[in-house]
Parts: sequence; C-alpha cells; structure tokens
Amino acid sequence: MIALDTTDRLILRALGEDATQSASAIGRRLGLSQPAAWRRIRKLHDSGAIAGQRLDLDHEKLGFGVTVFLGVKLATKGRVSLEDFERAVTAIPEVQTVEHILGLYDYRLRVVARDIADFERVLRRRIMTLPGLGNVEANVLLSEERRPGPIG
Amino acid sequence: MLDDTDRRLLRQYQHAPHLGPADLAGRTGLTPATCARRLDRLRNSGVIRANRAVIDWRALGYEVEVSLRVSLDKTDPRAFDEFIAEARNVPEVIEIQTFLGRVDLRLSVIARDMAHYQQLYRSAILTLPHIADIEALMHVARIKSDEGLPV
Repeated sequence: MIALDTTDRLILRALGEDATQSASAIGRRLGLSQPAAWRRIRKLHDSGAIAGQRLDLDHEKLGFGVTVFLGVKLATKGRVSLEDFERAVTAIPEVQTVEHILGLYDYRLRVVARDIADFERVLRRRIMTLPGLGNVEANVLLSEERRPGPIG
Repeated sequence: MLDDTDRRLLRQYQHAPHLGPADLAGRTGLTPATCARRLDRLRNSGVIRANRAVIDWRALGYEVEVSLRVSLDKTDPRAFDEFIAEARNVPEVIEIQTFLGRVDLRLSVIARDMAHYQQLYRSAILTLPHIADIEALMHVARIKSDEGLPV
C-alpha cells in the first residue's frame, strides 16, 4: 500500500480533474517548484496510484442518449463458461464496462446506445446471444455523479 | 457537428488518452497543427469534457468495493434530493447513480477492508435518510473498464 501525504492527495485530486496539466501548472497551484511537482507526479504513476487516464466525453453530444446497467446471471457455471462469457461480452463495442460481482448477479454491464430502439437492437442481437446467459435485469441510468473519493 | 476525421481522432484518443496532439496526429494521419486545432474545438464545444487521471483505489489501500442498490421510500417527494445530499458527505462514496427500473439508486462504496466496510455501513450508510431497502453486491474484478464509446 502506498502512503500519501496531503500534497500527494491534492495532486491526485487535481489530476483527477485534469490529467493534462503540466508539472509546472500543478506546482504553481500548490506552491511547489516544477521539479518537486514532477517528482511527486512520477511517484504517483510509478507506484500505481494512478492507473491511467480516461477521456470524459459528453455522451449526448456524441449521440448516445441511453445508458443501461444490466445485471446478468449466468445459466450455467464453471470455469470454461465464465471465460467464454467474459470473452464474448468484452468484445461488444456498446458494452463499456464489465464487472464481476458477488451477490444477486454474476456480472454488471454498462451498455450505451443511441436511443431505446438502438438499445433493444443491442440487447436482442448482442446480449441475449451471449453464451451461458441466464437472467438479465435492466436499469436505465438517469443521472450519475462521480465523487473525488477519500482523498480530500 | 462531428465529421469522420473527428470520430477517427476520438477513437484513437479514447484508446490512448495519455498521448499529446503530436502523437495523436501521427496515428490519425493529420498534421500536428490540424490535430491540435480539432482537439481544441472538441474541448471548446464540450464534446471532450475532461481528460482525467484514473485512481487505483486498491493501490491506495482500499481493498473492498461494494455496490449498494438502494430503494427509497418515495412517499416523501424530497427523498431523492435528501438522500443524495447526505450521501455526498460520505467520502468513501465514489459514485452516485439514479435509475429508472427496479432500483432507485446505486452507491459505489470503497473501504480498506471488511471491518472498515462494516463500520462504514453501520455508521454512514444505514444512517442515510429515506432508505426503504438496500442490497449489497461485492466487486470481485473489473473485466473491462475502458468506458470507450463506439463513436
């Protein structure tokens, strides 16, 4: 586990808002020299605290009006069927995330579509044909808020 | 409006968000100046809202992630607003989503270990207002997480 001090946390938070900021911009914001800020940013990357970067795109502006979360239960289990299912579901472009979970469902999928008709197409042609698929529960996303987490 | 070049650029940029305009230009067959201009336009028009660092909570010692599916007591019209406002005050809540469907709301909660999660659940989650029912799903693994859009 990586121990962070307050300055590291502030840098992590700043990069969580905008990862394209330069070390000197971060340094100016937090009262650090450019080399000191650069060393800390590198440490956050090298230690794995920052796993990568992600573009935050406006779905509506790109024509994706619908996001649906699917809770999926597999009909048959066993190592092979899990692997087959995971391989097939990961390859669907409209499936943005696949999480393996414990509880009521086996997997949680985040699916994007242009509209409800488009979602129906994805559901029928791509999801319902997945190997080993059992019960599916759908919840349409109305709003979403990502919080900074316990680094404030 | 986006043209095919914008879409090509977005596809490449989504898969490699750490690249700068010069490298993206190389991958999309644009000149660096054109690439930088198009990226500026996508940012200014709000298509690209941000380029964010992804934090690995596990690396920071948060070993447990739980999805809490919450049904609210909807006889009170302020139930959603009050629940969300209170949930925002819990630092370990990293996502708040609302739904149309069997579930009203979902919270993503992270904790250092199961003991920490138990303590959070009792002191910070069950005390949130207007909960009618709550169901916990434990995260085992992320199989796919790039969140790319099929542009």
